[in-house]
Amino acid sequence: MIAVLIICSTAVSGYAQKYMTRTGKVTFFSSTPVENIEAFNNEVSGVVDAKSGDVAFIVPIKSFKFEKALMQEHFNENYMESDKYPKADFKGKISNVGDINFAKDGTYNTRLQGKLTIHGVTKDVTLPGSVTVKGNSVTANSKFNVKTADYGIKIPSVAENKIAKQIEVTVNTILNQK
Amino acid sequence: MHIKPIILSSIFLFTASFYANAQVEDTAEGNDDLMAMLESESAKPVREYTTATFKTTRIANGHSIENTAKGVLDFRINHRFGLLHSGVKDFFGLDGATTRIGFDYGITDWLMIGMGRSSFMKEYDGFAKVRLLRQRDGGGMPFSLSYVGAISVQTMDKPAYIPDSVEYYFSNRLAYVNQLLIARKFSNAFSLQLMPTHVHYNLVNFKNEPNDVVALGIGGRVKLSNRISLTAEWYYQIEGTKRFVEGQPNVMTKNPLTIGFDIETGGHVFQLLFSNSTAISERNLVGQTVNDWGDGDIHFGFNISRVFTVVKPKGFENSRNKIW
Repeated sequence: MIAVLIICSTAVSGYAQKYMTRTGKVTFFSSTPVENIEAFNNEVSGVVDAKSGDVAFIVPIKSFKFEKALMQEHFNENYMESDKYPKADFKGKISNVGDINFAKDGTYNTRLQGKLTIHGVTKDVTLPGSVTVKGNSVTANSKFNVKTADYGIKIPSVAENKIAKQIEVTVNTILNQK
Repeated sequence: MHIKPIILSSIFLFTASFYANAQVEDTAEGNDDLMAMLESESAKPVREYTTATFKTTRIANGHSIENTAKGVLDFRINHRFGLLHSGVKDFFGLDGATTRIGFDYGITDWLMIGMGRSSFMKEYDGFAKVRLLRQRDGGGMPFSLSYVGAISVQTMDKPAYIPDSVEYYFSNRLAYVNQLLIARKFSNAFSLQLMPTHVHYNLVNFKNEPNDVVALGIGGRVKLSNRISLTAEWYYQIEGTKRFVEGQPNVMTKNPLTIGFDIETGGHVFQLLFSNSTAISERNLVGQTVNDWGDGDIHFGFNISRVFTVVKPKGFENSRNKIW
C-alpha cells in the first residue's frame, strides 16, 4: 500500500508541475528624508502552477522582523492590526506564462495580474517581475510599490514624516518543484 | 479469515479516494485551489507568543508582564507631583515633585535588568525581571508568568526615631522585593494581571510593626484606541502585615491605587497617572503609601520611556535602516 501511495503521489506531482515554498522572502522598505525603515519576512508561503500560470502567495504579517523591537510592535499593533488581519495575500496569474520554458534554465520576464490583499483590503494589481528557472527550482523576483492609503493603513500626523506614503515591496524567493 | 477482505477493500477504497482527490487537484483551474493548498500546508495551528499584553514594562507605577526586548536600552523618567489639592500656592502640587531616573536593559528576551535613583528618600534601586511562562496565541499556555526581584538602598541621613547612641548600619537602609506577575491578554483591547508581592524591610520604626509586607496586586489595561489605553493598578496589603506611617504607631499605611493613561507616539511612551502614592519604587509604593484617595490625597504624575536599540538583532547587518 505504501508503494502504491508513493507511486501515485509522484505521478501527481510530476504531472501537476507546481513549485512551492514555505520560506519565501519578502522585504519592505520605507524611505523618507527622516528615516529609512526596512523589514524582512522569511516565512512567506507561495505556489506557482507552471501549467496554468496560477500564482498564490501568503505573507504572515507577524513574521516581519524589524531592527527596532518597538517599531515591530507598533507595525503589528497600530498600522497592520495583525490580530485582526494576520495575513496579506496575492492571488493571480502569470499572464505571459506561455513565454516561460520551465524545462529550460534561464531568466524570463513575467507580468503578474491578480488581487493583492493587505490589511483586509483587496485591490486589482499588475506586478512586474521575473522568473529564473534552474533545474527543479524557480526563483521568483518582483519589486513594486504599495500605497498605504490604498489599503486603509492609517498613519498619524506624528509619524507622517517618518513613514513613506509608498512602500517598496521586494519579493525574492526560491520555489521548489513539488 | 474474515478480516483480510475488509482490510483489502479498505485499502482499495483509500487508494481510490486518493486518486479521486488527485484528479480534482489536477483538473481544477484557478488559484483558489493553490490558496487552499498553501493554507492546508500551513494549517498546523500557529502558536506564537502573545505580544503587547501591556504597552510598556510598567502598568503605571508597578511592573507589567512586558520585558524590554533583547539588546534594547530603555531610558525612563518618572515624575510624581505633590498633592493635587494643595492649592494655587503650590500650583496644585507641581511645585513639589519626586523624580526617578532609571535605565532598563534587555539582556535576553526573557531577562531584563534595571536600576534607578529616586529623589524620594534618596533611594537607589536595582531589579531583575525574568519571564518564566509565556502566553501563546491559538491555544497552549493561557497566561504569562514572570518574577521580579528588587533591592533598594535609602541613602538619607539617620532617621530621627533612632537614638544617637544607636548605630545606623548600612543593612538598615535596605529593603527587598519579591513579586510574581501573572498576566493574561484576554483580547486585543483587554489585559489583566495579578501581582502577589512580598516586601521585606530590614528596619522598621516600631517594635510591633511587621518587617514583611505581603500584598496582592491587580492591574489591567483597556485599549481606548490603537495608541491610547486606560490602565489601573491596586495593591491590597494583607491585614496584619501592614506597616505604620512613620512616627505614628496608630496609623496604618494605605493600599496604593493608580489610574493612568498610556499614550504612545513613535519611539516614546508617555504614561499620565493619578495615584495616592508619592513614591515610585515598589518598596515605597506597596508598603509605605501614606496618602488616601478617600481624603482626596491624589498625586498627578507621568512616566516617559525612550528606547534605544543598543545591540542590533541578527540579520540586519546589511539592512537599509537609517536615521538622518
